[in-house]
Amino acid sequence: MILAWLILWLLAGGLVAWLSACRGDAWPRWISLITLLVELAVLAALWTGYYAHGSLAAPERWLAELDLPWIPALGARIHLALDGVGLLMLLLTNFLGIVAVAASWRGIRYRTGFFHFNMLWILAAIAGVFLAVDLFMFYFFWELMLVPLYFVIGIWGHENRVYATLKFFIFTQASSLLMLVAILGLYFVHGRATGVYTFDYGGLLGTPMSSFTEMVLMLGFFVAFAVKLPALPVHTWLPDAHTEAPTAGSVHLAGLVLKVGAFGMLRFLVPLFPHAASRFALPAMLLAVAGIIYGALLAFAQTDLKRMVAYTSISHMGFVLLGIFAWNQLALQGVVVVMIAHGVSTGALFVIVGDLQDRIHTRDLDRMSGLWSVMPRMGGAAMLFALASLGLPGLGNFVGEFLVLIGVYQVSIPLAALASLGFIVSTVYALWLVERAFLGRNLNKWRLPDYNLRESTVMAAMIAVITALGIYPQPVLGTARVALEKLGRYAAAYHQPAAARPAPPAGSAHAGRDGAGGSS
Amino acid sequence: MSIQDFIAVLPLVALATAAVMIMLAITFYRSHLLTLAITLAGLAAAVALLPLAARQTPRQVTALLTIDGYALFFTGVILAATFAVAIFSYVYLRRRTGQHDELYLLLLLAALGAAVLAASSHFASLFLGLELLSSSLFVLIAYPRGRINIEAGIKYLILASVSTAFLLFGMALIYDQTGTMEFGRLAVIAGNTDGAGLLTAGLGLLAVGLGFKLALVPFHMWTPDVYQGAPAPITAFVATVSKVGVFALALRFFSEVGIHPHAHLFLLFTLIAVASMLGGNLLALLQNNVKRMLAYSSIAHLGYLLVAFLASGPLAVTAVAFYLSAYTATTLGAFGVIAVAPGHSGAEAETLQHYRGLFWRRPWLAAVFAAMLFSLAGIPLTAGFIGKFYLLDAGVGSSLWLLVFSLVAGSGISLYYYLRLVVVMYMRPHREGAREGADAFPWTGSLTLTLLMGVIFWLGVYPAPFIDMIERTARLK
Repeated sequence: MILAWLILWLLAGGLVAWLSACRGDAWPRWISLITLLVELAVLAALWTGYYAHGSLAAPERWLAELDLPWIPALGARIHLALDGVGLLMLLLTNFLGIVAVAASWRGIRYRTGFFHFNMLWILAAIAGVFLAVDLFMFYFFWELMLVPLYFVIGIWGHENRVYATLKFFIFTQASSLLMLVAILGLYFVHGRATGVYTFDYGGLLGTPMSSFTEMVLMLGFFVAFAVKLPALPVHTWLPDAHTEAPTAGSVHLAGLVLKVGAFGMLRFLVPLFPHAASRFALPAMLLAVAGIIYGALLAFAQTDLKRMVAYTSISHMGFVLLGIFAWNQLALQGVVVVMIAHGVSTGALFVIVGDLQDRIHTRDLDRMSGLWSVMPRMGGAAMLFALASLGLPGLGNFVGEFLVLIGVYQVSIPLAALASLGFIVSTVYALWLVERAFLGRNLNKWRLPDYNLRESTVMAAMIAVITALGIYPQPVLGTARVALEKLGRYAAAYHQPAAARPAPPAGSAHAGRDGAGGSS
Repeated sequence: MSIQDFIAVLPLVALATAAVMIMLAITFYRSHLLTLAITLAGLAAAVALLPLAARQTPRQVTALLTIDGYALFFTGVILAATFAVAIFSYVYLRRRTGQHDELYLLLLLAALGAAVLAASSHFASLFLGLELLSSSLFVLIAYPRGRINIEAGIKYLILASVSTAFLLFGMALIYDQTGTMEFGRLAVIAGNTDGAGLLTAGLGLLAVGLGFKLALVPFHMWTPDVYQGAPAPITAFVATVSKVGVFALALRFFSEVGIHPHAHLFLLFTLIAVASMLGGNLLALLQNNVKRMLAYSSIAHLGYLLVAFLASGPLAVTAVAFYLSAYTATTLGAFGVIAVAPGHSGAEAETLQHYRGLFWRRPWLAAVFAAMLFSLAGIPLTAGFIGKFYLLDAGVGSSLWLLVFSLVAGSGISLYYYLRLVVVMYMRPHREGAREGADAFPWTGSLTLTLLMGVIFWLGVYPAPFIDMIERTARLK
């Protein structure tokens, strides 16, 4: 039941924040902050509790589970379940939610109540995506996330926001409708083969189907996840949406919405369609490598600071896609670390860009120079996160991307070599950013206030997380390990030739009580 | 006609009685409020009699009407929708001068026609119901409001006559081939005379006639003009009640006769469905008038419904019943907002410009409208989401891939124009827009809209009880 509360608490917090706006602008901010802090505390308590009890090492079950009937006529159930990866993602969600609220403390003055309502509902829907193990429910949250996000960008965004929101919404909606068709296709294929019509993840694992069907259904999922990720040909919504969004919206987009696509691939796409994913691995990995290099090159070419950070996201998420389709334990562990590190580092960069824009009212790199001399604290933070972004050892991104590369190396040496080119280009753009914005002489005679206590606290928290992840990633790796091994077992067929098709897991009628049955 | 037969048709009788009472009341004492009260009482009585009638089901009342769960379910939808339309009409007419009472009389008669259609199992009752509905609608659409809706009324009149001619000719051909006008017997005979040319032609003509009434592409030309010209509450009625009645009839007729054996007919319907989904959505993109935009969107929604219509099996009927209910509640809400939204001095708020900044002037009204638009677009938490899911469910289940992908493409396109309206609503308002927002409307209007929004969210979040009811009642043999 705790899982439902994790979502309902955020939904309720959002409503209260909205209603409280009539009492003053400060109310929604404090209510959101308290809601999120309480949730983070609960999650942290859960995490340490699982650690202490050793539940994280027990491979058989979910850490927590909730299974209730919802729409029996459709076979849809309220089925939520938590594993190690989901727990890490929830922690990231809440952490970045707090960052986003804190970062928009002064920036958002217009309709604060409705703004915070939307913020909390985005987080609730994202938490739902990380927890849902019923495909209908998963799709429900997947779609639900978009509406508040659409309002956040559309109402509080910058100049070109209407265009950006429409593009974002149509890209994501159209692709997820394809996923809906694929979900239904899987539902019927499974139902006809076994007689059990269910949307349950555990039940649908290992559905027997022809390789053509599997490929078509897999592509339906892939398109939806690839748009969110974003992978190369369908990435064009991202720079616009990120650039036009308010700071908090950008943090949510980069930190969380992108992760949802990766998480979907990790939990649903490969385990449900291992053979098709295996056959599709080469094109997907090529797209990933192309994304890594293309994103980094385009980032280098931008003069709009926010757009630049947005393009670096494409590059970093390329590593995630690459790691997922390499599908070995090293690469997957790397994927999880990249997801967290990218969420924190890119989120921090967006916060810095937002703070900068609040002060000098432009995002144009050409109009900045020598800002370090007037704002040493902001300059230092920007430097650190730029270094994180280029993959400096000792910071989180390095650990993740390095693990992904080792994993990919075992699968394909040329791809690993190509992907490591991304490191070189990222060095160029990251240093370029710091050099042009913060170093040099203060040509424009800027006189600006440096970070105050609130802003410094936000940065300090993010620096702490990214450094901890870089120096001692073991807690994260340990939390994710068993969950990833379980996913690996679900998709064991990924590394086998298509002929050797395993029997569908026993007792898979319904219930996600580890459909693969027993440890291997 | 036995007493049981009489009980089974009591809801229809209640409607007719209410209509007669309004006629008498108008003769003696004209009062807008009194007329409304009689209308609502009549509708409420008819709804209250539904469970009583349900005890007699399934029952063949004379050769003309089949009162079964299916008929009663759709009658319920029709009655509820008419109830909402009556309240919107009251809010709408109060702001305008003129004789208002006759509108309610016609509304009840039109609802009776639609209910007869839902129960009809014979060409004669089909024709009676359809004419009762259409004849009331000519007048309703042209109900005095200015020059523009006389044009709309005449358009509808001509259209209805043409489509009736198609229908009659189709019926004649079918009668000629089978020698009966009862759906049940007709289906048996049609099944034995495997696809004689004239029979297929008759079915095709019938499909064309119904296509006109349902405004499917390419028989849709009248829709935007009529929707724009009619008073907003009447537009809501045309878009919901008349569609529910005709669609319920079409589903009953064609599932008795069976579309699948007639390959030509199946192809015809497939083409119509694809054209409606894509055409309706593409044309809606070009509109700046909200009523015209919703008119094209309703064309597309009827196209979506055909996906379930063409899918076979019990799932199809459930999907149609659910989607029609969701669509009715949503469309009523959308046109209800237009009906109560403040326009310029007596005119309706129909252009996009009227809705600019509505979110900040009238937050509640705008929230309701946004919810309705999201439901039409099929976003989760709303009834439209579950409805669209059901349609896709039915379509994928019957492997109608062309239709399924047209539905997906159409939904993708439709997002653009629904969202454009939402975007306009939360833009910062113009200065002059802020002043006229003061015009208040009675609480009944807000309450009805709020209830409709409640229905939308209820069906979107916890539809299980409603689906359960559909599966228990709305079944065809």
